[in-house]
Amino acid sequence: MMAKSHITTVINGDPTEFLCETEQTLLDVLRDELHLTGSKEGCASGDCGACSVIVDGRLVCACLVLAVEAQDKTVETIEGMASGERLHPLQTKFLEHAALQCGVCTPGFLIAAKSLLERNPDPTESEVRYWLAGNLCRCTGYDKIVRAVLDAAADMRG
Amino acid sequence: MKGEADSAVDRSKAKDGPAGGSETGGEKGDTPTRWIGTRPVRPDGVDKVTGRARFGADVHLPNMLVGKVLRSPHAHARIRSIDASAASALPGVKAVITRDDFEDRPSEFVPAGEMLVNYRDMVRNVMAREKALYEGHAVAAVAAVNERIARQALSMIRVAYEPLAHVIDVDEAMAPDAPLVHEDLITAGVEPPPTAPSNIAKRIEFVHGDVSKGFAAADIVVERSFRTCPVHQGYIEPHACVASFSEDGQADLWCSTQGHFVVRGHCAKLLGMEVSKLRVIASEIGGGFGGKTVVYLEPLALMLSRKSGHPVKMAMTREEIFRATGPAPGTHIRVKVGMRNDGRIVAGEAELKYQAGAFQGSPVQAGCMCAFAPYDIEHVKVIGHDVVVNRPKAAAYRAPGAPQSEFAVESVIDEMARKIGMDPLQLRLANAAKEGVKAAYGPTFGPIGLVETLEAARDHPHYRAPLAPGQGRGIASGFWFNIGGQTCATLNLGEDGTVALVAGTPDIGGSRASLCLQAAETLGVDATRIRPRIGDTATLGYTFLTGGSRTTFASGMAVIEAANDMIRQLRKRAAMIWDIDADAVRWVDGEARPAGANAGEFTPLSLAEIAGSAGKTGGPIVGRAQINAQGAGPGFGTHLVDVDVDRETGRVSILRYTVIQDAGRAVHPDYVEGQLQGGAVQGIGWALNEEYIYDDRGRLQNPGFLDYRIPVCSDVPMIDTVIVEVPNPSHPYGVRGVGETPIVPPMAAIANAINDALGIRFTDLPISPPKVLKSLREIG
Repeated sequence: MMAKSHITTVINGDPTEFLCETEQTLLDVLRDELHLTGSKEGCASGDCGACSVIVDGRLVCACLVLAVEAQDKTVETIEGMASGERLHPLQTKFLEHAALQCGVCTPGFLIAAKSLLERNPDPTESEVRYWLAGNLCRCTGYDKIVRAVLDAAADMRG
Repeated sequence: MKGEADSAVDRSKAKDGPAGGSETGGEKGDTPTRWIGTRPVRPDGVDKVTGRARFGADVHLPNMLVGKVLRSPHAHARIRSIDASAASALPGVKAVITRDDFEDRPSEFVPAGEMLVNYRDMVRNVMAREKALYEGHAVAAVAAVNERIARQALSMIRVAYEPLAHVIDVDEAMAPDAPLVHEDLITAGVEPPPTAPSNIAKRIEFVHGDVSKGFAAADIVVERSFRTCPVHQGYIEPHACVASFSEDGQADLWCSTQGHFVVRGHCAKLLGMEVSKLRVIASEIGGGFGGKTVVYLEPLALMLSRKSGHPVKMAMTREEIFRATGPAPGTHIRVKVGMRNDGRIVAGEAELKYQAGAFQGSPVQAGCMCAFAPYDIEHVKVIGHDVVVNRPKAAAYRAPGAPQSEFAVESVIDEMARKIGMDPLQLRLANAAKEGVKAAYGPTFGPIGLVETLEAARDHPHYRAPLAPGQGRGIASGFWFNIGGQTCATLNLGEDGTVALVAGTPDIGGSRASLCLQAAETLGVDATRIRPRIGDTATLGYTFLTGGSRTTFASGMAVIEAANDMIRQLRKRAAMIWDIDADAVRWVDGEARPAGANAGEFTPLSLAEIAGSAGKTGGPIVGRAQINAQGAGPGFGTHLVDVDVDRETGRVSILRYTVIQDAGRAVHPDYVEGQLQGGAVQGIGWALNEEYIYDDRGRLQNPGFLDYRIPVCSDVPMIDTVIVEVPNPSHPYGVRGVGETPIVPPMAAIANAINDALGIRFTDLPISPPKVLKSLREIG
C-alpha cells in the first residue's frame, strides 16, 4: 500500500491538513475524511454539479479534482457560505423563492450561482441558465432557482 | 390506488371536522383561512441551503465499513457457481454475501407504493439466485474497511456464468419462441390458463359498454400505434444507507427512502427478523419520484452488518443506478378512438404492452385504468399485458403507468380534432369527465377539476398568443388517481406552548411545510411555533410511504386529526382550571374561551398557559392520530406548450410552457407550483431526450448523466403555472394530491405541438433530433 500524502490547504478560510490516498478525489476527502458532507456526490463524473466547490476562485466539480491537488489552494464549500448567523443573499433568496424541493442539488447550485455572481453581478436569465447548465435538478424544473438567482443578484447590486 | 377515485365521494371520518364546539379546523376549501394558502419559508429550509441536512450517504458511524456490490455483466445467465473464498481472505474484508445468505421466500404479493411486490421476486432482485436476469443484477456483496479494498475484493470473486439468450423488447418477449426470462411463468388472467410458460406475466382487461357498438356509431375512427422508451426517475441523490446490527439481533438502518416503514417490512422479511427489532430512520431524501419505494442496498447492508459485526455504509454509483434500479417501463401501445363528426367521442379501445423488467409487476394496470379516464366515453375496452424482459425491474415513477397510455390517447384525440377541424381544447371540453360521470375504469367521479383546468387553459393568454411561422402549439390533459392510506401523526405540546409535530412520511418536496400549515390552521397558532420532523419506525405507528401524491393529503389529515385530539384535551384542561364542563369551552384562534355567557366569565387561556400548567391538570398533552385516509381526490391537469423545431438539427426547443392543475386546495402554493414545474420538465425530458440504449447483448450503453441526458437549466424556459382549486370534499381543507399528475400531459402536449409545427405526427418517444431529422427528410 502506498503511503498517504500529507496535504496542507485552506478550506472555508481555515488552515486544514489531511492525509489522503493519491486516488482519492477532493470530494472523497471533503465528505469522508473531513465530514464536510454538504457537497454531494450525484454522479462522480462531473455531470451533475452536486459537488460544486470553488478552488482558488474557480468553480469546479470536487469529484473531478484529486485531493492532492488541493495543496496550497483555497477551497470554498457550502459549509462556508453563510457567515455566522447570517445567510448569504443567495441562500436567503433560495428560501424565499422556494427554489428547492428535495434539496440535494441545492449546495451545488448555491456554490455555482455564487461563482457566477462574483464574475457577473448582473446576469440575464439566459446567462444564469447557461451558467447553471452544469448543475442538475430533477425536482424543480429550474424555474424558481433561476428566479432566486436573479433576485439575489438584484439584491446584492443594492 | 384502485378504488380510491370512487371514494372521493365517500365521506370519511375526518370530514366530521373538529372537536365539537371548536371553531377552527375542518373548514372547507372556500372558507377563509389564516395559514392554508400562505407561503412561509419551509421549516427545514436553512438546513438545506447550508449543507447541514443529512442525506442517505451523509451518515457516518464509528467503525463503519464500506459495502460494494458485484453485478452481472450478462443480460441473462445461469449462475453455475460463486467462489468468494479469495475475496473473503483478503485483509480488510470483513464480510462477503451471496445468494446463499438469503433464505428463499414464497410467492406473496404486497403493496409497495403504487406497485405490488412479491417477496419471492424481491429476494431474487436484491441478490440473483438461479440466474442473473439483467446486466447489473447483484450477484455478491462485500464489506471492507475501505472502498479500495472492497473493490479489490469484488474483483476476486469468481462467478461461473452460463450466458443465455436474452430479450429486452416487449414485442419480441411476447413472441412464442422468445427466450424465457422465467421458465415457470404462466400467464395470469387468461381462461383457461395456458399450459406453457411465457414472458407474459398477466393479461388484464377493463371493459365497459360495447366497443363494437360504439365504433359502429362513429363517423371517424383513428387507430395508431405508439412506443415509449424506459425512462429513469433520475433522482440526483444515489441510493444510500447505513446499517448497524448489534449482537443482540437488533438493528438500526439509516436510509434514503420514500417510506421507512415499508423498508422495515421488506428488510425484516428478507432477513427473517421481527419488525420491532429493526428500526429504520429516514434520512433526508434527495429525490425519489417513486424510485425509492423499493429496497436494493438495504437488505444487503443489513446482512453485511450482521455478518461483520460492524456498521456498513453502502451507496450506489450513478452507473449502478442506471443499470440496476427501476425505470418507468418502456411500452408498445395501440389506441383506437371513434368519434362523431360533432366531436363527441363514442368509443375508445387500447392494447397496452408494458415492460415489467426482470420480474412481473409493471404498472400496466394503472396504465389501462388511466388511458381514457379524462373522458366521458360510453364504450371503452382496454387490454393490458405485463411482460417480463431482461432489464432491471420497473419501479414506480410519478403516476406509474399513466404517462405512457395517456400520451397515446391524447395524441390520437389531437389528431381527431384536426381531422374534424375542431379546436382540440373545445373537443376536450365537449368530452371531459366531470362529477357524476362513470370513469372508464369503473367508479363514478366525485367533484373533479378537469373542466376547470380546460377552461383556465382556454382563458389563459398563452392560448391566444400569436406563434411565429414554423412554431407549433400543443395541448394535452392528464389524470392520476392519488391515494390515501395508513398514516400516523403526533403533536407533542411543549411546556412553553410550542409544538413538535412528528409525521411518518419522508419529506421529498416540502411536505413538512404543508403539514405545519395544516396543524397551525387547525390549532389556531402561529406556524412558526410548530416544529416538524419525520419520526423513525420506533417513534410512530405504521405509516405508509410518501407516494401516490398522498403526503400532504393523508399525513395532512392525520395532523389535522391529531390537532383536533389536542384541542379536545386543551378544552378539558381549561374546563378543569375554570371548574366548568368541557362542553362549555370553545377553542378559538389558539385559545380556550367560555362557550357563552352561561359558561361563566373567564379570561381566555392560551396554548402556552394551558401547556405551562399541564402538570397540575393531568400531565402531558399529546395529540395523536392513526388513520386510514380515504377519499383522495383525483388530480387533473392541462398543459399548453409552444415549440420551435430546428430544421437543420432536428432539435425541438420549448418556447413557452403553462401547467394548469386542480390542487383541491393549495396548502403552500410555492410547493404546489414546484410540483407542476418539476413534473413538466421531467415530462419534457421524457418527450424529447431520455432513453435507454442497449447493445445487441443487452448491455446498457448510456448509464450516466452525460449520455442519459435529463433536461438542464438552459434547455427550458420559465414554466408558468395556474392552480385551480376544486376542493376535495373528503379533506377538511379540500386538499388533493398534486405530485404525480404533472408528468402525465407533457409528452402528448409536446408531440401535439410538434405536429402543429411540422405536420408530422410522432408516435415514438423520445422525439429526439435524429428521429425528427429523419422524418423531415422523408417529407422532403
